Amino acid sequence: MAQRTPLYQHHLDAGAKMVDFHGWDMPLNYGSQIEEHHAVRQNVGMFDVSHMTIVDVTGPEAKAYLRRLLANDVAKLQMPGKALYTAMLNEAGGVIDDLIVYFFNDESYRLVVNSATRDKDLAWMEAQSGEFDVAITERTEFAMLAVQGPQAPATVAKLLTAEQQAQVAAMKPFVGLQMDDLFIATTGYTGEAGYEIIIPADVVGSVWNRLVELGVKPCGLGARDTLRLEAGMNLYGQDMDETVSPLAANMAWSVAFEPADRDFIGRSALEAQKVAGTEKLVGLVMQEKGVLRAGLKVIVDGGEGVITSGTFSPTLGYSIALARVPQPVGDTAEVEMRKKMVTVKVVKPSFVRNGKAVVTL
Amino acid sequence: MSNVPTELKYAASHEWIRDEGDGIYTVGITEHAQELLGDMVFVDLPEVGDNVSAGDDVAVAESVKAASDIYAPIAGEIVAVNEELEDSPELVNSDPYGDGWLFKIKADDETEVEGLLDAEGYAASIEED
Repeated sequence: MAQRTPLYQHHLDAGAKMVDFHGWDMPLNYGSQIEEHHAVRQNVGMFDVSHMTIVDVTGPEAKAYLRRLLANDVAKLQMPGKALYTAMLNEAGGVIDDLIVYFFNDESYRLVVNSATRDKDLAWMEAQSGEFDVAITERTEFAMLAVQGPQAPATVAKLLTAEQQAQVAAMKPFVGLQMDDLFIATTGYTGEAGYEIIIPADVVGSVWNRLVELGVKPCGLGARDTLRLEAGMNLYGQDMDETVSPLAANMAWSVAFEPADRDFIGRSALEAQKVAGTEKLVGLVMQEKGVLRAGLKVIVDGGEGVITSGTFSPTLGYSIALARVPQPVGDTAEVEMRKKMVTVKVVKPSFVRNGKAVVTL
Repeated sequence: MSNVPTELKYAASHEWIRDEGDGIYTVGITEHAQELLGDMVFVDLPEVGDNVSAGDDVAVAESVKAASDIYAPIAGEIVAVNEELEDSPELVNSDPYGDGWLFKIKADDETEVEGLLDAEGYAASIEED
């Protein structure tokens, strides 16, 4: 039987259409995924992301271990609570997973990794811990909610004490803060303001109910996918996996090659790829009728590539996609759709931020 | 359980058909079909005047999830299409048996309609899915 989050019954009560998502029974939508999408862009919505895996890495050598394990450099993290987006690579430079790591101190970090990759991530982390004096602890006692949208800060503030409100209001983007039994982070997967909140599983139901009363719209995996794609954010297993270099997945910015003597796993493979050149992840826009879909063939100046994610963008009113293509890439590409070739625009892989189009046509 | 109105006839490929008199039939997709597809984003309709055979793919319903062909349940001439769907494809989701109709067809041979499923037969066919 599929696993259920502590909010399973809440989803059914809210009329969710449930689907199997990598072994979890998760809400696809609660009626209309487009309405849920607009709620996040224009107001506030929430997602149950309790299926995601929370792993704490602690011990005297936690920092040294993570500087070896992760492509981004946790030594950049100085302020307690500060977070970093990073890939975890194999020796060949392929992406085992992408994740967020929070810094508490040099001996204490929290990683949030994908649920679909949980088993292999934990096995890899364990295998790589070898000589390092670290403890790797999965925190299954927590649930996780993402509250996202322009009204998210004002809405979440209503759950907090005056003192907590002041602390949260002072938070910069991409930091996490432990307050009593809430861990609240200014992170998300939508391109909007908002929080990801880690809560003990036994209280998440009452927090969910309270947020519903405050007008927060429950949103499912469907809206989560269209929102992240509009924001130009990768989905593991779709836009990259173990066969894909972060350099070919618009993740080069998250790989810290400096300092040059930090020997992170996959470093030598990536250095060779940098010299040889890699494919590139680009954005595609099609204003004609129709929807670009994952798996469709794309032709650019450099040759043939593939759409890794594609959807109808509810905010823009036309189709957008991410595609991995060989370089060079011109201003347009040809996509094979329903047996005919269609010309589409090539853009930076970011389409909507903070409710506004950022794509230039 | 989806709504399957008893006064309509159905194709196993999830189209419904309503007798409007004078050999004219309105065609749409069922509530069950729109549930499977999810939010509709585009509907490609046939041209008025097209002559179609039963089983021809004559329209495309494109949703957030997939593009799905829509087949003519009977042979005939397309005599009207629902132009509202150009701007409001979501009508197919919100009112699949009413404002979300797709096209009207003038039957070549009205006895073809008798070969389609009744509500009970269609409901049974989607039970098996």
